[in-house]
Amino acid sequence: MNKFIRRNLPGYTFLFPWLIGFFALALGPILASLYLSFTRYDILTPPQWAGLENYEYMFTWDDRFWQSMKVTFTFVFLSVPAKLIFALGIAMALDKGIRGIGLYRAVYYLPSILGASIAVAILWRQVFEANGVINSILAIFGIAGPHWMGNPDYSLYTIVTLAVWQFGAPMLIFLAGLRAIPNDLYEAAEIDAASKTRKFFAITLPLLGPVIFFNLVLQTIDAFKIFTNAFVISGGNGAPADSLLFFTIYLYEEAFKYFRMGYASALAWVLLIVIALFTAIAFFSSRYWVYYENERD
Amino acid sequence: MAGLSLRNVKKSYGAVEVIDDLNLDIESGEFLVLVGPSGCGKSTLLRMIAGLEEITDGTISIGGRVVNELPAARRELSMVFQSYALYPHMSVRKNLAFGLTNLKMPKDEIEKRVADAAQILQIEPLLERRPRQLSGGQKQRVAIGRAIVREPKLFLFDEPLSNLDAELRVQMRVELASLYKRLGTTMIYVTHDQIEAMTMATRIVVLNKGIIEQVGTPFELYNRPRNLFVAGFIGSPKINMLKGKATHAGAGSEIALDDFGTVVPGALPTADETITVCVRPEHLSFGSDGPFTATGEISLVEYLGSEIYAHVRMASGQILVVHASGRAQLRMGETATVSFDPAFAHYFDAQGQRVESGDGAVQ
Ligand SMILES: Nc1ncnc2c1ncn2[C@@H]1O[C@H](COP(=O)(O)OP(=O)(O)O)[C@@H](O)[C@H]1O
Ligand SMILES: [Mg+2]
Repeated sequence: MNKFIRRNLPGYTFLFPWLIGFFALALGPILASLYLSFTRYDILTPPQWAGLENYEYMFTWDDRFWQSMKVTFTFVFLSVPAKLIFALGIAMALDKGIRGIGLYRAVYYLPSILGASIAVAILWRQVFEANGVINSILAIFGIAGPHWMGNPDYSLYTIVTLAVWQFGAPMLIFLAGLRAIPNDLYEAAEIDAASKTRKFFAITLPLLGPVIFFNLVLQTIDAFKIFTNAFVISGGNGAPADSLLFFTIYLYEEAFKYFRMGYASALAWVLLIVIALFTAIAFFSSRYWVYYENERD
Repeated sequence: MAGLSLRNVKKSYGAVEVIDDLNLDIESGEFLVLVGPSGCGKSTLLRMIAGLEEITDGTISIGGRVVNELPAARRELSMVFQSYALYPHMSVRKNLAFGLTNLKMPKDEIEKRVADAAQILQIEPLLERRPRQLSGGQKQRVAIGRAIVREPKLFLFDEPLSNLDAELRVQMRVELASLYKRLGTTMIYVTHDQIEAMTMATRIVVLNKGIIEQVGTPFELYNRPRNLFVAGFIGSPKINMLKGKATHAGAGSEIALDDFGTVVPGALPTADETITVCVRPEHLSFGSDGPFTATGEISLVEYLGSEIYAHVRMASGQILVVHASGRAQLRMGETATVSFDPAFAHYFDAQGQRVESGDGAVQ
């Protein structure tokens, strides 16, 4: 016990400010929402106990719930791997020691700082509009681009692209991870006749395991929670044809458009459980694919 | 096995010249040790031979073939790194097999070679372990194992023992020497430790600021250092250096020393200039056997059991290190008489180059 405390004290010390915030500010509303998810509640009149009604309706009757699940999962499965691969690629290019690396790092990180800002989403909207930048460029080559965001077949991909474009945060973490791999190992591999691909798969990737894992978990959680970009680009309601009806947008509509707070709370809890499940799977599977340098035996 | 030759090899990083016009021939089957102070360019030179570092100018050939453009993997050599550079996420077995797998060697051949290397280095029980589960000495063995499975024509070692504790270092030195005897492969070994160089090398290259100071057998380097740098670098404890003034005296020359007066070492081809007289601790002795004597105060006694190194503060203020037998009764603070024989000394001119007498009195 004593040993446990000694080993983990620094960790908890750093967590302390967050823990204060969590217990003082967040925990109450979280528990309240759990309670509300079992009620009918329109804000104006007191909540009425409804048992499992909200959950039952969600899973058995609510087509828009399933649509929002489909949109969100598609987004997560497309955007997270694409973003991580992109981030790793850029990080490896930057790691090669290009002149003016600091500038590049800042430039590449910029989209991520602007992150979930409304301005970026609006900018993106304009880029992909019917007469936006992309289509103007395509027009030069005589191609009539589609109405990217008005067409349910393409709309989701514009948001995936936007997510991938905001690769800065995982890229910086990858860059730090790459820097931590001793150069000696690559030199030993060089003498050991390893090709570039072999070095990547046999050394870089495994030694980057913990960093990949960290980025994967963080980005997956973030992707499940996507809101601002989707809200602005979809015009706030998941249009066109519900093709951008992300889970959070649906939740927002239920809560603040229709004031079905009880149902919205239930949706929020389902999202929490989905995220928790994915995180748990990642953690349990990690022992099979993540190598930790200082793991205790 | 392969010989190696370096011709006019240069290396600079930007404006900083690290290796300056270096020429060296290494015979097939030699155990060549590159020794020199830290930062003198040993690693750089070794890495250029390995193909990990580009050469700025000159040619490197291995086994008669110019390898300037040849990638490291195709130079048929192995390298042992100071940091061991074991792949941390692979078992010892996989570490050993990695290079062979890359060469697409048949599986049973790989297994055989790994087993052989493990047996030679006595690491068989460790094969399934990860590097972090090994001690420093075991890691070192695995690193050497990884080098020998390749059956290279040339082994390169970059300070492989410097992360080990003193006892293990001595043990690994012996093991490396016997490995060399067993394999007979050409070895180039880099170290800043002159004892490692002296004990293992068939030939030593003393490097200083990117320039070769001397090449020779350990015996030659110890007994006939070509310049002041080599005299001071080789030998432990360090050689004593006495400043003197040389003048012609008849057919020979005389050297005026602070403490021993005027000594006559025979005819040196130098006169009227400052000269440095170097004498190893074992060539000084306590007592008044002479031929030249001086007294001083014993300021420190290093007792090593079988022998003693005593530091003696002379009248001039210079401290001489004098070797004595382990049974000598020496006490700090005592006054002692030190005998000096010019026949055993080395003489270096104002430029630090060795000067010798024509009559062979100086060896
Ligand atoms: N990549 C590099 N860039 C610039 N200078 C370097 C580089 N590598 C080595 N040097 C310099 O070259 C000199 C020789 O280094 P090195 O060969 O590592 O010395 P040694 O192995 O003898 O201690 C040092 O002064 C070092 O600072
Ligand atoms: Mg070095």
